[in-house]
Amino acid sequence: MTYDPGLSGWGGAPRSTPAARVRATDLDAIRRVLAGAGRRGVTLRGLGRSYGDASLNAGGTVLEMPALDGTFVLHDDGRLTVSAGHSLDTILRRILPHGWWLPVVPGTRQVTVGGAIAADVHGKNHHVDGTFGAHVESLRLVLADGDLVEVSPTQDPELFWATVGGMGLTGVIVEATLRLHRVETSYFLVDTDRTDDVHGLLDLIDAHGDEHRYSVAWFDTATTGARLGRAVLTAGDSAPVSALDPERRRDPLAFDAPTLGKVPLTPPLSLVNRWTARAFNELWYRKAPASRRGEVQDITQFFHPLDLVDDWNRVYGPAGFVQYQAVVPDRESLVELVERIGTSDHVSSLNVLKRFGAANPSPLSFPMPGLTLAADFPIRPGLGALLADLDAIVTAAGGRLYLAKDARTDAATLAAGYPRLDDFRAVRSRVGADRVFTSDLARRLEL
Amino acid sequence: MMNALGTPACLLLLGGTSDIALAVARRYRSEGTALTVVLAARPGERRDRAVAELRQSGCTVEVRDFDARRTDTHSDVIASIERDVDVAVVAFGLLGDPESAWTDVETARELAEVNYVGAVTTGVALAARVRAQGHGVIVALSSVAGERPRRSNFVYGSTKAGMDAFYTGLGEALREHGGRVVVVRPGFVRSKMTEGLDAAPMAVTPDEVAAAIVDAVRSGREQVWVPRAMRVVMSGLRHLPRPLFRRLPI
Repeated sequence: MTYDPGLSGWGGAPRSTPAARVRATDLDAIRRVLAGAGRRGVTLRGLGRSYGDASLNAGGTVLEMPALDGTFVLHDDGRLTVSAGHSLDTILRRILPHGWWLPVVPGTRQVTVGGAIAADVHGKNHHVDGTFGAHVESLRLVLADGDLVEVSPTQDPELFWATVGGMGLTGVIVEATLRLHRVETSYFLVDTDRTDDVHGLLDLIDAHGDEHRYSVAWFDTATTGARLGRAVLTAGDSAPVSALDPERRRDPLAFDAPTLGKVPLTPPLSLVNRWTARAFNELWYRKAPASRRGEVQDITQFFHPLDLVDDWNRVYGPAGFVQYQAVVPDRESLVELVERIGTSDHVSSLNVLKRFGAANPSPLSFPMPGLTLAADFPIRPGLGALLADLDAIVTAAGGRLYLAKDARTDAATLAAGYPRLDDFRAVRSRVGADRVFTSDLARRLEL
Repeated sequence: MMNALGTPACLLLLGGTSDIALAVARRYRSEGTALTVVLAARPGERRDRAVAELRQSGCTVEVRDFDARRTDTHSDVIASIERDVDVAVVAFGLLGDPESAWTDVETARELAEVNYVGAVTTGVALAARVRAQGHGVIVALSSVAGERPRRSNFVYGSTKAGMDAFYTGLGEALREHGGRVVVVRPGFVRSKMTEGLDAAPMAVTPDEVAAAIVDAVRSGREQVWVPRAMRVVMSGLRHLPRPLFRRLPI
């Protein structure tokens, strides 16, 4: 017998072994899998970019969605109808030449449309444009019994909004119609500011946070003391043709997203430790200018600096890492989180902070008005206690955790952040999804 | 489900009043996430105390009546657990009086039934559970006494050698089903099992064994000695010529 090391999410942990992995090539293949679902049910998996166990199903069936990429119709009015297996990367490459841009682009382009809707992903423009789900005009869903239904904010809105953010637990999204944004170029005009500490950063966000469509901050938790949370804030807008230099003006809609190469193999030990994390934080801070206005940046520079290196998650070694992302409504709680991380003996090499805009009607959508923080921690002993402390701060503040990132909290903590979890369960039960669709995440958090 | 940090949501303790088993539960609980402990042990005051202590530390506790010698009940006990079992610790065992163990039939039989037969039937039931779930870690408490029989406690040693071989092989069989077995070989543990005995060299506490178990489950190891140096010591002892080995004061 061959040994199957199983699957994991982007964080590399946990791992789990499904009984079967099936490619969703067409509707018939999907219906066959649903009809043959065993006691351990069916889990949907896109490109495996959720960090934890959302796309894992120990002992059950994993239905792999990227093969579903038949339909691609770009309508004249800027609507796009696509099969759910398309990656956002593919879509951007195909719509850019026509002067269109995705309304929401998350931290990586390597996610499927189905995954983007199921996790209701957000980007740097959440404070203006909301989540990915807010730009979905309608979607087609295969239910547990094999029925194909179309849902939208006006057609069975309950099922639509339970599916948006529903982590693949209501049905199989097979097709979606999105509303795109118009752009003149594929470049961005970016303002950069550095601040000395987290308070300076929050002041800056309060004062100027809404001046640009896109805005995000990187901050340092490895430097302790008075400079804890020193930060680099970048904010920008899509660049008009007139802002480009003559060379870029010749092809303003070029898909300009350079990469350097990939991490070739997983090292036996994590390369991220206290010293390398400090050095990385120092470098990231130093390379940013104290203040700069109107710099033209390409897609990789502005949206996906980490995608310069493919498979970057490998640097964390075989033990993997967890990304902790939470949102809290108030500034004080955010500062408390940063201080708790800063005074722990765990280091995060990459920390992102952003202010969210309004929430949408989805019961499980993560963004809500407030400040969100994301931090990457290498897995090592004692991390559980630190993250449980962070959970307590988040829960006390009335905040919540992000299901697409979570790999370690418990059911009670998750439920405390999502008071409408029972609405979600009710919809799941109404369409019979609870009999078929599950995942290691759903089991762990009792969704 | 086990989370990314290797912490279970549901921990099954077979021989749930063992000092080591309870120390494992305390360690997992200190990770900060909710923990359900299924405590399988014989009813009685010791079990009641264990339940109270675990509840005190914030665990949700479910109790099952479990007797290692009633091998026909083992499957039902494990099947009665509704949630996925993330980590199961096979912690029951008897030390017995080493002299009656090889001179008295009943004592010998009891040791063999509890430490070997009961461990095997429990292991078969646990394996069925792991196969159905597609995941799960079984921790088997073996002993360095099983590595080379000694005059002083060879009956106990022989039962541990048997269960050690069974669980080592079970680990191989469960790999393809997403399961894992950790065989733990402690040296002398200062616990209620060894109360009144003189501690051997390199003796450890139940909590040190628990720490080694938690670490092995998290890091994916399948065989651990406690203390770690015991691995080297036992490797040396295994190859010592018998006339020499016989003279050692162990």
